[in-house]
Order: sequence, then structure tokens, then C-alpha cells
Amino acid sequence: MSELHFPWLEFSIALPILGALIVSRLNESFTARKWTAVISGITLISTIAAWEDLYLVHATEAADRWDLSSALLGRRLLTIDELSAPLLPMVALLFFLTCMATPRTKLRRFSFAWTLVAEAIALATLSCREPWPLITLLGLGILPPYRELRNRGRPSRVYVLHMLLFQSLLIIGWIGVEAEGSEQVHSLIALVPLLLAILIRSAVFPFHTWVLELAENNSFGTTLLFLTPLTCAYAAVRLVVPISPDWVLRAMGVMSLFTAVYTAGLALVQTDARRLFCYLFLSHSAIVLVGMEMATPIGLTGGLCVWLSTGLALTGFGLTLRALEARFGRLTLCQHLGYYEHTPTLAMCFLITGLASVGFPGTIGFVGTELLIDGAVGVYPSIGVMVVLASALNGIAVVRAYMLLFAGKPHESTISVRISTRERFAVLLLVFLLLGGGLLPGPGVQSRHHAAVEILGSRAALWPNAGQDFDGSVDSEPHAPAESSHEH
Amino acid sequence: MTLAAVITFLGIIVAVSPLSLVVMIGVPALIRRPVGDDATVRLVQIATILGLVAALGMLGIMLSTGLRHVPVEIGHWVTIPGYHLNLRFIFDRLSVPLVVLTFLLCGVISAFVSRYMHREPGANRFHVCYALFLAGMTFASAAATIETLFLGWELVGLSSAMLVAFYHQRTGPVRNGLRVWTIYRISDAALLMASVALHHLHGEGDLTIALGRNWPDGASVLTSSQSLWVGLLILLAAMGKSALIPFSGWLPRAMEGPTPSSAIFYGALSVHLGAYLLLRASPLLDQSPLLAALVTIIGLATAAYAALVARVQTDIKSALSFASLTQVGLIVAEIGIGFRYLALIHLLGHACLRTLQFLRAPALLGDRQSLENALGRRLAPAAELSAAQIARSLAWYRWAFERGFLDQSLDRFVVEPVLGVFRWCDRQERRWVKFLEGDGDVVGTAAERQPVAATPALEDLP
Repeated sequence: MSELHFPWLEFSIALPILGALIVSRLNESFTARKWTAVISGITLISTIAAWEDLYLVHATEAADRWDLSSALLGRRLLTIDELSAPLLPMVALLFFLTCMATPRTKLRRFSFAWTLVAEAIALATLSCREPWPLITLLGLGILPPYRELRNRGRPSRVYVLHMLLFQSLLIIGWIGVEAEGSEQVHSLIALVPLLLAILIRSAVFPFHTWVLELAENNSFGTTLLFLTPLTCAYAAVRLVVPISPDWVLRAMGVMSLFTAVYTAGLALVQTDARRLFCYLFLSHSAIVLVGMEMATPIGLTGGLCVWLSTGLALTGFGLTLRALEARFGRLTLCQHLGYYEHTPTLAMCFLITGLASVGFPGTIGFVGTELLIDGAVGVYPSIGVMVVLASALNGIAVVRAYMLLFAGKPHESTISVRISTRERFAVLLLVFLLLGGGLLPGPGVQSRHHAAVEILGSRAALWPNAGQDFDGSVDSEPHAPAESSHEH
Repeated sequence: MTLAAVITFLGIIVAVSPLSLVVMIGVPALIRRPVGDDATVRLVQIATILGLVAALGMLGIMLSTGLRHVPVEIGHWVTIPGYHLNLRFIFDRLSVPLVVLTFLLCGVISAFVSRYMHREPGANRFHVCYALFLAGMTFASAAATIETLFLGWELVGLSSAMLVAFYHQRTGPVRNGLRVWTIYRISDAALLMASVALHHLHGEGDLTIALGRNWPDGASVLTSSQSLWVGLLILLAAMGKSALIPFSGWLPRAMEGPTPSSAIFYGALSVHLGAYLLLRASPLLDQSPLLAALVTIIGLATAAYAALVARVQTDIKSALSFASLTQVGLIVAEIGIGFRYLALIHLLGHACLRTLQFLRAPALLGDRQSLENALGRRLAPAAELSAAQIARSLAWYRWAFERGFLDQSLDRFVVEPVLGVFRWCDRQERRWVKFLEGDGDVVGTAAERQPVAATPALEDLP
């Protein structure tokens, strides 16, 4: 395996852990925010460097130089490849911006030390391809939100039940897969627990209620950072897609598709902004899963693109909601609240990030959504129709929320509730990334296509006929073996 | 410089000038450093004139050289194996007149706006929406690929909805804006599906290949049944955008926006975009007589409906909007019958006339008085109906006054049942979470904690 020029991955994971130790000793929350922003900023630079280094070494997959895990355990745990290369900076960026844009009123509730721990776990998860370490990291990732729920004395039963079930099924499923060996087609006894685990973690109907409880009872920042990196999709790509036959993936795709439309419909009737965010997230996360389960290069490329766009757009959307909540308290969507005059920048960012999440033309999500629908139509036409329907409903929900929050008789306030510089920087950076990615989608889509081909390549070894349509015609796209050794 | 280079240069100017206007006005507004009123007006004028001159230049070259089909490629957006997304424009007998009309009418409106909205709060927001609309119309008019068309289509939709809700301190315009947006989303979804279907059937979304070159003589490469299905999706998209029945209810609601936006968007350009789409897709109608018949029937039905409803409107903008819809219905019927050039000329003439009427609408009484002064006598009042005539036509009057009960029917038979199902699901979900949590732990959402506000606002929903 190729080696990077520097141990960027280990550095990106060790730095937040070290930072968490430092920040946990700080009593002053302003100082803690400053330190966290610096540490997550350096982590972001490090992940970008890792991405860049992957291209410099002209490889599709690379590991750290002076790999510690290799020296200690005898095998490389952390690797970067086409799939994870842009995901690592994206996740680091989300953590950096969320920490930096934490408003003053939220400082006491938001644990910066645990956020850095969560960042390290998320980055390690996305750098890991080995099944058992990945399963362990997915389990560890559950802990920071749980800890916050317990500390705040809020209900956590639904979250704990779902996550325990997820982790147990994941372990049972993978034990089954390993027991059956890697050369044969796995039985349902091994596959079903694994698939159920992914469905639970991805919050596919009817296992989605834990997201609502988490958002209702946790701080918005922690919820945002637990949900938007979509590590569940990563788990699906690494653990399920390579070993599952087509019909299993399509069955999962149908469940995800139903979730996408159902939750988009529910987003239309919400009277609470956080619940609206949750249902929008659930719908988008399900659409990403639809792409993951398509098992065709175009569809999978679309799914991977939507993954990136959803992560960025919904984080921006969430940050604007969080900034509004910090000023006006919990937001109800029952009447026109008239916040536009106070926060016009937030209003515009809310609209742009919301529309970017539904794949509005000119934003980063447009091409991804188009590819996903195109891939879906190639597999089964009604899937494409349902994705379009979900996208249309989400678009209506976003504009309805915009109009309820920002239109109406201007809200009267005796104090200034204008957006702070840090918040402005965070949301504007995301907005410019979303628009910039929309204007120049080519490089991003090509990178995702390479990743899709790589994923399907690993799948092709076990499923040589992967990508066959229902009518039996083989997908016209050349599969991975022919393309996996592309040039950058 | 060769002719091809000149054509490409002009094509790029046509596409880039409105886009650069969006960037020059929109980005400073986004970072809270909005461009001043005078500078904004100047930028708008420069961009519009540049675009207009380039479009006229293109028209001149086409007339002098006899070219009928001038493709201009801006670039490959995305190229991966099995999928291409190009930003291509086509200048032909259909797109050039519409592009020229767009720049011309937008230029007139920008001159009008420079006085009408001078120093008005939100003028900058108006101009951002205006720039988005101009870019959207230009892209949609000159699109050579269905993705480019979709890009323009969506920009027109978003800017229109935002302008309907321009006076956002009042709830009426906001609700109407949301309604317009909802209808547009249905229309957008249909166009997106048409785009994907075209990609799937044909491998790419190039309209000039799928629908043939040299409008209106091109022939579609799709089969009859494929033409029918793709055409039905395009018809649905056109119905939403052009307010054809049963989606006609949004057009008078759109008049809540500022007068210039009503004039340019709903009287002149936006409302004709559906008809333009049908004109562009007219080879599909040739392939499928059933589709052509459907287009004709919908067009005639819309014209009849709007003509009846227009007669009983009590405010000038609503009356004009339904008068406009009558003509749009006729244009659509002409497209269905096969009179493509007639439909195009009808469209161009109607857009110009209606812009003039909408812009003069606020000064209607003044104009009437000027006319009477010039004539030296009072104008004859409208003929009054007798009691017997009123009794005979009361049901029709009621029907027309309620605008054919179209909105009420859509609300009752589509919106409320759908929202009712989702509200029921929402209630069940809350119960399920309570069950999982145990009653003692239930804290409830912010909305639940405020029982007064917990009633969902139906009027805020489509």
C-alpha cells in the first residue's frame, strides 16, 4: 500500500484527543471555545493535507507514514482512499464551524472537550476499513451524545434502546459473516442482523424515532455533529454493500425510499423547528442510502455526491437554526415570527442551505441528485419518481419554514439580536462552498465516481453480476476492475 | 475573428451578463455590503443592454447568413462514463426571439423600477430577485440541454415565489408566495422527471438531438409511446408554470407582489414559459397525436375558464391576470393544433401588450380621466344587466367570482387529505415515542408545551 508523506491521519485523530484533554481542564467557556476552534481548525488543515497527499502519491489508497497501528498491532488500521478522502475534511470542517459558531448562550451547555473526542472518533471511523475496529469505533461514537443526555438529566431510553440494538446486531451480524468465510455467499442469518443494524443507525423507518428524541433533548450542536457526518452511510458502504446480493440492497433501498418520502411529508406538517430539521435530515439520509444501495456506478456516484452536499447543507441549515434558537429560544412553526429584519443574513443563509440540501440547481447538491435519480431510473423507474417526490416535498417544507420564521410582522426586541461575526463566517463559508460546488461540480463528481467504481470493484469480486437490472440486462457501465486503477 | 468565434462570443455574453448581475448584486447583499440603489440600477442597465445587444447581434448574424441553428457550448459541467452534463445554449428561431424579448422587457421594467421603487425598503432584495429571474429566463429560453432548461426554470420559480412574498411583513403575500412555490415545485418535479426520462431513454439530455434541430421542423428521435410519456411530464411542468387549469389559482394570487414584478413575471414572461416549453417540445406533439389533443383541450379549457372569470374580477390586476391567462390558453391550444409560428408570434405580441397594461394599471383612473378630458365627454359606462339576466346567470356569476372553485377543490381533495394523513402519522409517532420513553419521562416538544400555538396553521400550508 502506498504511504503518505506524513502521518496526517494519526495526527488528525491524536490532535483532537490531546485537545480534549487540554480543554477539559479549562474552566472558562470562552477560552474553551477559542482552544477548540484552534484545535479543530488545525485538524481541518491536517485532513485537507491528507487528501492532497493522497493525490501527490498517485494512489487510490494510502496509509500513514510511520504508522503506529502497524507497529503496535501488525496491521494498518487507518487508511485514506477515494471514498474517505473528501469526507475527512468535510467532517473536520463541520466540527470546526460548529464549535466556532457556538453562541454565547450555548457555551455552558455545549461540551467542547467531548466534542473534540467525538471529532476524533468520527475521523477515525471514516479512516478505518477494517471491520472490527470500524464496529468498535461506531460503538464509541454513540457515547458522546449519550453522555450529554445523562448529564442534562433528559430522557435517553429511546436512544439507548436503538443504539444498543444497533451495536448488538452489528456484532452478531459480523460474527456470522466471519464464521461463513469471505469466499461464499452469505446466508440471511448473517446478513439480516447486519442490515437491521445499518437500518437502525441510519434511522430508516420504523427505527427513526431515536433521532427525534436526541434532537429534542440534547444540545443542537451535539445532535448536529452526531447526525450530519452520516457515518451510518460509511458503515453501509464498508460493511454491507460489498457482501450483499443485489436483491438485499434493493430491499433496503425500498425501505430507505419509503423513509425519504414519508419523512419529507412529515416535515411539511411540523410545528417545531427542531423536529422539522430532524425530518429533513431523515429524508436526506434515506436518499443517500438509496444511492448507496443502488449498486450501479451512476447511482452510487449520485449517492456519494448527495452525501457530501447533504452534510454541508444540513449543517449550514442546522447552524442557522441554532443561531436563531440562541436568540429567540425554541422555535415554533405555528405562526409568522418575523425575524427577517433582525437577521437578514441568517434568513438568506437559511434559504440557500435549505435549498442546497434539496438539490436546487446552482448548488452542490444538484448534480448529485440528478445522478442519483438517473441511476435510480436505470434500476427501477418508480424509485426515481419517489426521490423526485421526496425532493419536492422537502423543498416545500424548507420554504414554508423560511416564510414562517422570517416573514410576518417584525419581531420586536429591546436588545440587538444581530448575527455575530463568528456565526456569519461559519454560515457564509458553508453557503459559498455550496454555491461554489454548484458552479464547478466536475472535480467533485469525478472524485465520487472514482470512489463509486472502487466500491463496486470490491463488490464485483463476490458478485460478478452485480448491477444487473430487474429485467436481467447488465448495467452498461464498465465495472470496477477496468477502472479502479485510474489516473488522477 | 471568424464568424464562429463571434457567435460564441455573443452567446457567452448573452448567458454571462445576467449571471454576472446575480453575482454583482447578490454576493454583496449576502455579506451585508449591499450595492447602493443608483449603482444597482446602473449595473442592471449595463447587464440588460449588454445582453440585448448580444442577442440582437446574434439575430443579425443569423438573418444575414441564413443560419438557423447556432449551438454555443459554455463548458462541460460533468463528464463521467455514462453521464454528461453540459452547459449548452442554442440560438434558433424559437430561442432568439424569446431571449430578445426577455432582455427588452426586463430592460423596460428596470427603467420603470428605478423610479417606482426608488428608496423603497427591500429595493435591493427586489433587484436580487430580478437578476435571478433574468438569469433564469435567459437560461431557460436559450437552453440546448434539458438540464440547462431546468436550471433556468428553477431560478425563475424561486425568484417569482420570493417576489410574490416580497411584502413579507404582511401574511397574505407570504401565504400566496408559498402557494406559488408549491405549484412550481410540482411543475419542477415533472420537468426533472422529464429530464431524467430523456437521459434514460436517450443517454443524454440534449434537446437538439432528442427533439431535432431547426425548430419547428425537427423530428424527435423518441418513439410514439416514449414521446407520450415524456410529453405528459413536460405538459404537467408547463401547466404549473403557465397556470393552466387546474393550477390557475396561483396567478391572481401572484399579483400581491410589486407591480413591476407582476408585469414582467406573471403578465409577460414567466406565465409564457410553459407555452415556450411546449413549443420547444413540439416535435413530441408531432409524434403523439394523443398528446397534441390533450394540449389543445387543456389550452382551450384554460382560455374558456379564464375568459369567464376575467369578466367578474373587481380589481384591475386580477382582471388583467385572467385576461393574460385567456391568451396563454389560446397560445397553448395553437401549439397543440400545430400552428407553431402563430403561437410564437402570439406569445411575443401578447407579452409586450400585457407588460404595457400591467405597468399602466396603477394609473388606470388617471388614464381614464385623461382620455375623457381629451374626448371632452364622459366615457359610456358598461351596459347594466337586467334583473332577469342576473337571475339567469347567477350560478355562472358565482362560479366565475369564486374563480371556478379551483383552489378550493385542490385544497379539499388533494392538499387537506395529504396533510391530514401526515398529521395523523405525526401524532402516532409522538405516541410511539411516548410509549418507548414511558409517560413519566415525556417532556414534549416546544410546540407541545405551547398548546395555544400547537394548532397547525393550515393556511400556511399549500
